[in-house]
Amino acid sequence: MDIKTVLSEVTSVFKDVLDNDDIELQNETTANDVEDWDSLSHIQIIVAVEKHFNIRFTSGEIQKFKNVGEMCDAILKKIQNTAAE
Amino acid sequence: MKSFSDLKRNLKKDFSALPVKKVAVLGDTSTQFLVQAIKGIGFDEGINLDIFEAEYDQIDHEIFDSGSDLYSSNPDYVIIFQSSLKLLSRYNKLPEEQKKTFAADTLVHLNELFTIINSRIPARIIFFNFAEINDNVFGNFANKLDFSFIYNLRKINLGLMDMCRELKYLFINDMNLLQSNYGYDRSFDAKLYITVDMVLSLDFIPFAAKSIVDIILSLSGKVKKCIILDLDNTMWGGIIGDDGVENIQIGDLGIGKAFTQLQYWVKQLKQRGIILAVSSKNDHDVAKSAFDNHPDMVLKYEDFAVFKANWNNKAENIKAIQEFLNIGFDSMVFLDDNPFERNLVKSFIPELTVPDLPEDPAEYLVYLSKLNLFETSSYSEEDSGRSDQYRVEFQRSQVKEAFTNEDEYLTSLEMTSEFKHFDDYSIPRVSQLTQRSNQFNLRTQRYSENDIKIIAASDEYLTFSFTLEDKFGHYGLISLIILHKENDSLFIDTWIMSCRVLKRTMENFVLNSIVNAAKSKGYTKLIGEYIPTAKNKMVKDHYRELGFSEIDGKWVLEINNYSEKLTFIKEK
Repeated sequence: MDIKTVLSEVTSVFKDVLDNDDIELQNETTANDVEDWDSLSHIQIIVAVEKHFNIRFTSGEIQKFKNVGEMCDAILKKIQNTAAE
Repeated sequence: MKSFSDLKRNLKKDFSALPVKKVAVLGDTSTQFLVQAIKGIGFDEGINLDIFEAEYDQIDHEIFDSGSDLYSSNPDYVIIFQSSLKLLSRYNKLPEEQKKTFAADTLVHLNELFTIINSRIPARIIFFNFAEINDNVFGNFANKLDFSFIYNLRKINLGLMDMCRELKYLFINDMNLLQSNYGYDRSFDAKLYITVDMVLSLDFIPFAAKSIVDIILSLSGKVKKCIILDLDNTMWGGIIGDDGVENIQIGDLGIGKAFTQLQYWVKQLKQRGIILAVSSKNDHDVAKSAFDNHPDMVLKYEDFAVFKANWNNKAENIKAIQEFLNIGFDSMVFLDDNPFERNLVKSFIPELTVPDLPEDPAEYLVYLSKLNLFETSSYSEEDSGRSDQYRVEFQRSQVKEAFTNEDEYLTSLEMTSEFKHFDDYSIPRVSQLTQRSNQFNLRTQRYSENDIKIIAASDEYLTFSFTLEDKFGHYGLISLIILHKENDSLFIDTWIMSCRVLKRTMENFVLNSIVNAAKSKGYTKLIGEYIPTAKNKMVKDHYRELGFSEIDGKWVLEINNYSEKLTFIKEK
């Protein structure tokens, strides 16, 4: 899987959780740019992303993501680590 | 179970047509998701839960401060969720000698919280008991130590059971059982606890919320009263018409154990007051012979109030059962192993609850048990005889056919009624009737046992309960009246009668009795009111038919002009 695919799959998770098909995510997108992406729905998104990619973020990670790009990087790294095992 | 995301989607839907119940939620951890899930499940169950969510971890403050938002939100239900992890952190801070009394001290504190709420508002309180977690400081040896955390936790949970027996307004949401059914690993997400102080995983939250809503629904009178059973491959393995009575699987034969344990469950439900009925495609005599003659059969033919084994369409049978029992389809459950029959019945009677039984009978009981279909908010000893009473009623209906004249029939029943003020013995049943009766209920005021105690003791009210018996048997307490004193008038706050005694001239007997009581105390008017609901159309013209006159939307009866109504019931 490449980073582009990760971004597009993350986008579809966002659309589903926030119940909004108009969402378009870029690497630079932050919570301020997306309607309804608040601290509460962030938890829902994290859990949904974990399920979708079958990965686990750490407690430290989920507080540190500055934008969508950082989340996607972390996802890709975890998928590659799993594949390498 | 719907996922949390699906429940959250419900929040965008239109709640405006649904009846409203006000709820307050207090928690010592983050409760936002739980609140959303409760609201979302409420929508699917047809109820608009208007929820006040207290600020994070403010339980004591909200309860002790009489001016708090909790009290100004004026809730019907107060839900309090204290988590086991917070309990553990309180425990950890204590010196060893205080750990020994931790359970007792915690229970005293909780009792104080509940009592204060109850002294200020008439709400029901729903408290989560503590899900068992082990701090693993002593391992299994903790069982042998009276100061260990798990020893104290279990003692608190048992103490809560005793406490809610005392405090009638207190109900326990059994979080410990929920967690044990669902599994600790799936119900707890350590990361969410550490980062946002949430102790329930997103996947588990709908189950916790459903349990809360189940309690609220049963307290507002939405309960299941009857279970209708298919027979072949539902109550036993195999097809009795083809295989013969001796070859059906029950007891030790084949997978009979699965059906035996299901029958035991159904028998327990009957003893709890659930009415049993059969709707099965079978020859009546063959089906009956299984219950009469098979040595391993747990249920007996006499356990069923109505037994419809024939070749009719099952939906028609179920409609006939419903007509005879005179209860709503929404209070009935139908069990059938065959998906085709289930869908057929569902399409004819959408209000009926028809569980999608798993394919393997071994899983029937596990599946049904998880659905928690028979939540109840009360139990009285009279409940256990309900199914039998309906069977006696069936005998009455056959006697009736022998009479051409209704009055002669009613005379032949030799009916007597005892009426008196509410007392300690009748209060649980009275409260139960106010919560369960939907049809013959003029104003549908729901009262807890505690409310009824207060009303019974108050000088502002006159109360009457009525029993009925006839030569076939005892109906028990079947009607109740609450009169509110208003100068020289008595306002009929509540008039309820069980539909089992319709057309017995019971309402005439009741009116004669209360008019006499009112007269002897010097009152000149009885004032009635009809508040329509979806289910009480039956009594729309109740006061008109009894000779009350309509004045400004209320119904008035002048006591001095009253002439006794005809009744075939004698005072006992």
